[in-house]
Amino acid sequence: METIKVSNLTKEFGALTAVDGISFKVSEGEIFGLLGPNGAGKTTTIKMLTTILRPTRGTASVAGYDIIKSPNDVRSSIGIIFQDPSLDDELTGRENLEFHAILYRVPKDRRAKRIPEVLKLVELEDKADVLVKNYSGGMRRRLEIGRGLLHDPKILFLDEPTIGLDPQTRRHMWEYIERLNRQHKTTIILTTHYIEEADYLCGRVAFIDHGRIVALDTPSALKEKQGGDIVSIQMGGTTAKAEKVFKRKKWIKSISKHDNSIDLTVESGEKRIPEIVMLAERQKLPISAVSLHKPSLEDVFIHYTGKTIREEEGSATDRMRIHRAAWTGRR
Amino acid sequence: MDFNAIYVLWLREMKRFTRARSRIIGMLIMPVFFLVGLGLGLGSLINTFALGGSSYLQFLVPGIIGMSLMSVAVSSGFSVIWDKQFGFLKEIMVTPNSKVSIVIGRMAGGSTTAMLSALIVILISLLIGFQPNFTLFSLVALVFMLLIAMTFISLGLILASIISDLQGFGLITNFFTMPLLFLSNSLFPLSSLPQIVSDISYFNPLTYGIDGIRKALLGPSAGITQISIWMDLAVMLVIVAAMIGAAAYAFSKSEVGQ
Repeated sequence: METIKVSNLTKEFGALTAVDGISFKVSEGEIFGLLGPNGAGKTTTIKMLTTILRPTRGTASVAGYDIIKSPNDVRSSIGIIFQDPSLDDELTGRENLEFHAILYRVPKDRRAKRIPEVLKLVELEDKADVLVKNYSGGMRRRLEIGRGLLHDPKILFLDEPTIGLDPQTRRHMWEYIERLNRQHKTTIILTTHYIEEADYLCGRVAFIDHGRIVALDTPSALKEKQGGDIVSIQMGGTTAKAEKVFKRKKWIKSISKHDNSIDLTVESGEKRIPEIVMLAERQKLPISAVSLHKPSLEDVFIHYTGKTIREEEGSATDRMRIHRAAWTGRR
Repeated sequence: MDFNAIYVLWLREMKRFTRARSRIIGMLIMPVFFLVGLGLGLGSLINTFALGGSSYLQFLVPGIIGMSLMSVAVSSGFSVIWDKQFGFLKEIMVTPNSKVSIVIGRMAGGSTTAMLSALIVILISLLIGFQPNFTLFSLVALVFMLLIAMTFISLGLILASIISDLQGFGLITNFFTMPLLFLSNSLFPLSSLPQIVSDISYFNPLTYGIDGIRKALLGPSAGITQISIWMDLAVMLVIVAAMIGAAAYAFSKSEVGQ
């Protein structure tokens, strides 16, 4: 059953179209990813779906409620974990959870049961009564995720859940998200600009670029569409002759040239490498290195958008975090 | 009305208030400085004829109560900007609670803080020689104190919905509070101020609030003789209603999600 239906959702900020008429559906219990570079419109989409922003055109239903007509019903059915920090530093972890539960009208006895559960889930039991300003980045993020789950939302929105975390904590976070989805059947919508994250977690992925969905499928189906492995050959000299030589071979599906390297798309690349090397030897092509590359979502993304996803790493958010740390320290 | 939200926002303010000792001391430094410096120091030089024979300290204390209420109340806008900048405001705003309840919750928290600090100011002034004419009627002073607090919390919220950076907010609130303090009956009786200053003071909500406190604590003949305490009360009620309305409007219009 579909729990989210988005139709022709559009958001314009003056002359800038942040989200440009996107439509998609998400089924109950799915982990759905919105993948794209910073500024692609992921966060704006999430903000509209969570009723923080009003769409310019189009609409969506979330958990069966229209985001424009009944925003309060939508809000009661969802949990949100924002991209930017949203904890109260001057309160303890437990107080942050308690206040959240009261704001969402979780009854008192349910609260008393649920808060320890959540603290256990995010492994913050022993830090529950410490002020949040003394938490590390990973602990804060975990607390935010726990808080988002506190009121048993049917749908959980995660906006860049692991941004700025170290690889180990990120791994950990993925496991939480997976477990949550498996055990509680929570539908999860997440945005990310980490390819591995989308690949690891998501049942289906939508690529977003310039406010549009350019591709939407399961990660494996998207990769299959790439049509094979890439054998990348570093040439000691010009690539012109090599191109001519390789063009004659039927089993090479496509060839693309870069400065002094040449990429061949083939099936079962590891088996073709000896053949390629021998061919080069015979034709006196000066090869300096050969590498094999299995297709990743990144390649798929490049295929659809013509650019890598990480072009804008070190975003404004990261800068804000630093700024925030400076402020909190000064207090 | 979402009482859960009002309660939580109030409770949060109380927890933050009791935890930040430096904030409590910061709130009290200026009023105490004024009480001791002006009330005891300068007061001993003042010819008390214009004050009807009572000491300057007697006159000054209600003014300082008003001053501390105003400064603490306006600064509740500061915590809104703080929350906006560090994200907690979003957490509040996406909960299924009405914006009006959120404004009321803020107001409840801010007024409690302001009232607590004003009560401490009263205690300190009693210690240094303030002698109010305590009767049951004096309790009306609490009503005036609350009205002053709510007026200036509203001002703080309005400014916080327009301004988004902390330094800017500090500058702008000073720009409002200093003139409001001096263009009122807080430090000197209106009758001894230049005509123009005294005229302007009649457009200042603080004037009516402080006059009400003065009459409640010192008797009906204290303060501005042409105005009765009920007149003060009526003016304050109208101002508070208008300010809360404006604050709720400004707050609901301000963009949080971006």
